[in-house]
Amino acid sequence: MRTMGHETPAGDLRLANLTKRFGVFTAVDDLSLTVPQGSFFALLGASGCGKTTTLRMIAGLEEPTSGQVLLGDRDIAGLRPYKRPVNTVFQSYALFPHLDIHENVAFGLRRRGIRKVTDQVERMLALVQLEGYGRRKPAQLSGGQQQRVALARALINHPQVLLLDEPLGALDLKLRRQMQIELKRIQTEVGITFVHVTHDQEEAMTMADTVAVMNAGRIEQLGAPADLYEYPATAFVANFLGQSNLLAGEAAGRTGDDLPVTAHGARFSVPADRARVDHGPVFLGVRPEKLHLAADPGEVPAGHQHVGGVVTDASYVGVSTQYLVRTAWGSELSVFAANSGVGGRLAVGTPVTAHWDPRHAFVLPREPGEDDQTAPLLDEPPVGVPS
Amino acid sequence: MTALAHVPTSAGEPAAAPRRSRSRLLPYLLLLPGAAWLLIFFALPLLQLAAASLYDPGGSLSTGYAMTWAFDNYPAALQAYWPHFVRSFAYSAIALVLALLMGYPLAYAIAQKAGRWKNLLLVAVVAPQFTSFLVRTLAWKTILSDNGALVGLLRDVHLLGPDGRLLATPFAVVLGLTYNFLPFLVLPLYASLERLDSRLLEAASDLYASPLRAFQKVTLPLSMPGLIAGTLLFFIPATGDYINAELLGTPNEYMIGNVIDSAFLVRLDYPQGAALSFLLMAAILAIVFGYLRKAGTEEVL
Ligand SMILES: Nc1ncnc2c1ncn2[C@@H]1O[C@H](COP(=O)(O)OP(=O)(O)OP(=O)(O)O)[C@@H](O)[C@H]1O
Ligand SMILES: [Mg+2]
Repeated sequence: MRTMGHETPAGDLRLANLTKRFGVFTAVDDLSLTVPQGSFFALLGASGCGKTTTLRMIAGLEEPTSGQVLLGDRDIAGLRPYKRPVNTVFQSYALFPHLDIHENVAFGLRRRGIRKVTDQVERMLALVQLEGYGRRKPAQLSGGQQQRVALARALINHPQVLLLDEPLGALDLKLRRQMQIELKRIQTEVGITFVHVTHDQEEAMTMADTVAVMNAGRIEQLGAPADLYEYPATAFVANFLGQSNLLAGEAAGRTGDDLPVTAHGARFSVPADRARVDHGPVFLGVRPEKLHLAADPGEVPAGHQHVGGVVTDASYVGVSTQYLVRTAWGSELSVFAANSGVGGRLAVGTPVTAHWDPRHAFVLPREPGEDDQTAPLLDEPPVGVPS
Repeated sequence: MTALAHVPTSAGEPAAAPRRSRSRLLPYLLLLPGAAWLLIFFALPLLQLAAASLYDPGGSLSTGYAMTWAFDNYPAALQAYWPHFVRSFAYSAIALVLALLMGYPLAYAIAQKAGRWKNLLLVAVVAPQFTSFLVRTLAWKTILSDNGALVGLLRDVHLLGPDGRLLATPFAVVLGLTYNFLPFLVLPLYASLERLDSRLLEAASDLYASPLRAFQKVTLPLSMPGLIAGTLLFFIPATGDYINAELLGTPNEYMIGNVIDSAFLVRLDYPQGAALSFLLMAAILAIVFGYLRKAGTEEVL
C-alpha cells in the first residue's frame, strides 16, 4: 500500500527545547522529548495544557517561539506543513465540506499526484467501517462517523509520523475499542510513529509504548504506562493517571534502605527506591486498590503499615466496591476492594484499619503547606494496569 | 401545532381547524404586498414593453402606434445595432476580469487577513456608494481628462504619446465599469470568504497541498456561491450600463444601453427601443443560465 517513498530518511521524532508563547502566555514551555521511530507515544494532560499546540508545531501549523523539531537528523521546524511527512487527525476533524467522503479521504493521495486512488480509499473506508458512505458529504454524517473519516483521511497517507488529536473521542465504547485495535495494528504493521493525544487514560495505557503526562505546557513525567502508574513522579501525575491517596508528611533522610516518613503524628516507612525525595515536606502515596481494609489492627499482615478510620461511604461499582475511610485527622482515604467474593461488605460507620504493603507506597515531593490529597470518589472504576 | 391539535380536549377541537387553515394562508398573505408591487411595477410594464416591441415601426409618437405584430422589429434592430451588443458584452467581460483580479484578493484580504481593520475596510468598499453613481463617474472624467495630472504624468513617462488621451477611449469606459460595479462583486465574495474556516486550509496543507493547490481545491470551491452571485451582480448591470460610455467615452464606445436610451428619449423610436431591450434581456438571460449550468447552481438557486 505504500505507494510513495518519502524523501526523508526515517528516524526518531525529537523535540528540543520547544517553546510556544502566545503573547505573554506560555502554552508550551521548553519541551524536550524523543519519540522513537515506529513507536506509539501518548500525550495526556488536562484541557488547555498545550497538547494541541505541541502537535501543531510538529505538523508545522504553528511556528515555535523557540526550539527545534527534528525528524531523524533533520530539523523540520523550517519546513512548510505540506512538505512534512506528517499527517494530523484534527481535534475539530476539519473535513472539507464541499468534497464527498471519498474525495476527502483521497485528498492527500491526489495532492501527491497519485492517480489510482479508488482501491486504497475503499480499503480505508472499510477499515473505519464506513463502506458505502463514499458519496456522502461530511454534513450528512454523524459526529463519530466524521471523526472516522478524519482518521481515514490521515491514515491513508502512511506518513512517517501521524499526529492524532483525540481521534476517538466521539465514538462509543465498543467502536472505540475496535478502532484502537485497528490503529495499533496499522501502527505496528506499517511502522508509523504515532503521537496520540487522548483524555482516555485507559486508551493511553493500553495502546502506548510511552506515555507523557503534560501539565501547564511542561512534561511532568514520561515513561512506560505501568511505570508511570506504579511510581508516579509528582502529585499531579499521581492524581491525573488514576487516583492516589497522598498523605502530607515530613521526611528526614533515609535509614538504611528505608525512608521513614512522619505524617499526622504516625511514623511510616517506604523503601528508599520508591522515594523521589528523602528530605523535607513529602507526600506519602498509596493507590486506592493497594489499600486493604481489616476489621481490627490485629488482622493486619506482618510488614504492612496501617492507619485507622471509619467507613463513611461505600459505593458498589460492580467489579469493586469503593470505600471512603475517614482517618482520625479528618482526611478521607479512598479504598477499592475487589468484589472477589472473599469477605463481606462493610457498612458505613464501621471502624476499620486500612493497611498496605510499604513496597506499594511511594514518596513524592510536596510544596510546604500543602495538605493531604485524597482522591474524590469517582463513579469510574480504577484504571486497570497489568502490574 | 400538530401536537396541540391531538390533545383530546373537547374545547380545543373546534378551534384547531380554522386556526390551522389560517396559518396555511399566512405565507400567501405575507407575499401579497410584494406580489402586488411586482405585478404593478414589473409585470405590467414588461408586458407593455413586449407589446411596444411589436408595434408598427412606421408609426411615431405624434401619429400613434398601431399594434401590427411586427416581429420584424427584432431582426431589424439586431441588424442595425449588433456591434453595440458585441461591444457591451466585450466591455463588461473585460471589466469583469479586471474586477475579479482586483476584487478577489481584496475580498480575501478583508475576510481572512484584515483582523481588526475588517470593518474599516468594508466601509471603505461601500462608502463610495453613498454618493451618486453619476457624481462618481464625473469624478473619473476629471481624473482622466486631457489636462489632468494623470494624463500629464503618463505623457511625461512616455506611457502615452504626446497626443495620447485616456478620456474618450474604450479604456476609460472599461475602467469606469470596473470601478462602478466593483462593490457588487466584492461584497458577496467577502460574505463567502468570511465563512471560510481557516482550519480547512490548515488541513489541506497538512495533506500535502501547496498554498496554490489549497486555494484551488479548498478556498475557490468554497467561495463559489459568493463568486457566482458577485459575477452576476457585476455583469448584468454592467452590460446594460450607458452612463459610463456616455460620460467617459464617445459614440464610438457606445454600448447597447446608450442605443436604447436614445431610441426611447432622442429618436422616439419606441418599437425599436423595446425590441432592443428584449434582445438585451434575452442575451443576458441566456448567458446567465449557461453560466449557472456550468458553474453548478446548487448553492445559488
Ligand atoms: N492562537 C492562540 N492564541 C492564544 N492562546 C492560544 C492559542 N492557541 C492556544 N492557546 C492557548 O494555549 C493553551 C494550550 O492550548 P491547546 O489547544 O494546546 O490545549 P490542549 O492541551 O490541546 O487542550 P484540550 O485538551 O482542551 O484540547 C490554552 O490555554 C489556549 O488557550
Ligand atoms: Mg487540544
